[in-house]
Amino acid sequence: MRAVYAVSGGVSKFAKARPDKTFQAIVKEAYDYAIADLGLDFKQFTELVDGSVASYFSDHFQRQLMSGIMAQDYLGLCPKPGHRVEGGGATGGLCFQEAWKSVASGHMDICVAYGFETMSHVETWKGNEFIALASDVSFDYPVGGFYSGYYAMMVTRHMKEFGTTVEQMAHVSVKNHMNAFYNPYSQKHKRLTIQDVRNAPMVAWPLTRLDICVMSDGAAATILCSEDGLAKLEKASGKRLPRVKVTGIGRGTDAMRMADRPHDTYDKFMRTYALPSEAESKETQAYYKKLWSKGFRYPGVHSFRAGRMASKQAYAHAGIADPLHEIDFVELHDAYTSSEIQTYEDMGLCRYGEGGPFAESGKAFTPGVQYGLKLKAKPICAVNPSGGLIACGHPVGATGLMQAVFAIWQLQGTIKKHFQDDTLQIKHAKRGAIHSHAGTGTYVSVSILEREQ
Amino acid sequence: MAKKNPKPNTEARREESLDGTIVFRLPFPKKLDAAALQALKELTPIVKRQPYHVEYIHSYGQDSPWFAALTNKVLLGNRDPESGYTYATPRGADMYTGNETDWVQLPSEGVIHAFTVCHFGSEEFLPETPFVLALLEIEGANTLFLTRVVGLDPSQASLDWIGMKVQARYLRNAKLKPTDVYFVPLNAQAE
Repeated sequence: MRAVYAVSGGVSKFAKARPDKTFQAIVKEAYDYAIADLGLDFKQFTELVDGSVASYFSDHFQRQLMSGIMAQDYLGLCPKPGHRVEGGGATGGLCFQEAWKSVASGHMDICVAYGFETMSHVETWKGNEFIALASDVSFDYPVGGFYSGYYAMMVTRHMKEFGTTVEQMAHVSVKNHMNAFYNPYSQKHKRLTIQDVRNAPMVAWPLTRLDICVMSDGAAATILCSEDGLAKLEKASGKRLPRVKVTGIGRGTDAMRMADRPHDTYDKFMRTYALPSEAESKETQAYYKKLWSKGFRYPGVHSFRAGRMASKQAYAHAGIADPLHEIDFVELHDAYTSSEIQTYEDMGLCRYGEGGPFAESGKAFTPGVQYGLKLKAKPICAVNPSGGLIACGHPVGATGLMQAVFAIWQLQGTIKKHFQDDTLQIKHAKRGAIHSHAGTGTYVSVSILEREQ
Repeated sequence: MAKKNPKPNTEARREESLDGTIVFRLPFPKKLDAAALQALKELTPIVKRQPYHVEYIHSYGQDSPWFAALTNKVLLGNRDPESGYTYATPRGADMYTGNETDWVQLPSEGVIHAFTVCHFGSEEFLPETPFVLALLEIEGANTLFLTRVVGLDPSQASLDWIGMKVQARYLRNAKLKPTDVYFVPLNAQAE
């Protein structure tokens, strides 16, 4: 397979509602930004680009089938190849990987991945109903279909198994909202305390409104290319482009009905799910043996097996043995503070059961940002330096691509240029991970991006 | 033999209807000169709200007996004939062997494995908030079962609810929904 570079990106600032433009025009904002950042104009880029992948989740919100082709024609990409990708909340991450495949396979030299969602067509509670249709409509939806409720059930089990606390979850909210303070693309710039998070209206016990991301309208686009594609873009723009390479991709899945997910044994876990670093460590083996002796089973409803499989594959692909110390930052799918904690564990930033203490340790905080919290440990691997979904919003099809754009800018060292502020620039960032996650952990993708020296 | 085209009706009008919202003239420049055309870009967007409703036909297919059982106050599950792996929610084919599963009767008691209290919800369920949503462990089943639990005070949510024994109740007026069964805390004396 060929080397793939992620050379550019653009994001339309996510907002609760964008009645000023139709979805195609919002996509074009992100697309135009990505082209301009290459130093090219629309016609130059149109001549060079080989095709596209479109990312959007819901035909219900759109009330328009084949929205993808309407974005494609609006962007002037017809008659070039293109297709739509859909995988719930992971749609954007999957789209990024489909564009990677198009380039890695040799099918295209330059491929644009664009994504969008316009969720303001219905009131919030009807929107929650639409989203909950992404659960089994025979057995789950009618019982009380509500995604916040589903995630809340998962976290009560996490709390019961591991002693995870609501205050540890609130640390994630404080962190991500505070990071967002320096990101002009975020929607919620808030200086919060742990108490603010807990005092917010309860949505689904124990998750409050400040533990949960908001539905939004928005779009994002990234441009991927091969060595040859890079040469073409550089020739056209007359400038050298920063080298950010996609060095690993991974994906996993799990049953739609979380009730149906397995409760596997220690041996099965070690054989199939443990990261090599876990399987090889005597100390970690003993740690997990003890968990199982207390009744722990994997993945149950407290862990995302799909997230672990995606991480494991991506790390193997990129040659990562110790994710916490070998990845400089992660943009992960924090639709809920609880799922950020669960994802720390799936991604091996800590072991299963250690997500709560890890959240409050400070290890996932961004250096140089003042959080107003007493943190025991220094930052090691910044998680959601952008503010994540909690502060930026979650226009489903755009979200995973927004993460890719922020990761590209981090690795290019161009955060200051795009944010007009370099507080969130991770100094000397060499490697980042993006993690995209669909409904209760059904589809998860992890991609690794690296700055090439 | 081709007929000669009849004379076209140049006075033809599409028949108009008087239902729904009717708009006559929205504010618009009286004179459409270049400046007025340019100024159209500064207008606020037109946003309209409209109903969107369909009657939808949904078959429970191979899972249908499960719903019939609920109307008879019976909880069914599916079991793999080879491994005995048992699903508390219907599944026509086993995920591990690929075998077609068989029907088995499950006990009407369970234990709360995980839960939440929904204070908000999807529009359809807003009038029912706050309600308790729970995943149950059912004796003899390898997977969990999603259900509503009633009889617990939603304002007193506590992790202590996990592990609580509950028993099934069935709607007298079945709606052919999975909520035709729900659970209440098990009466300790009856135990």
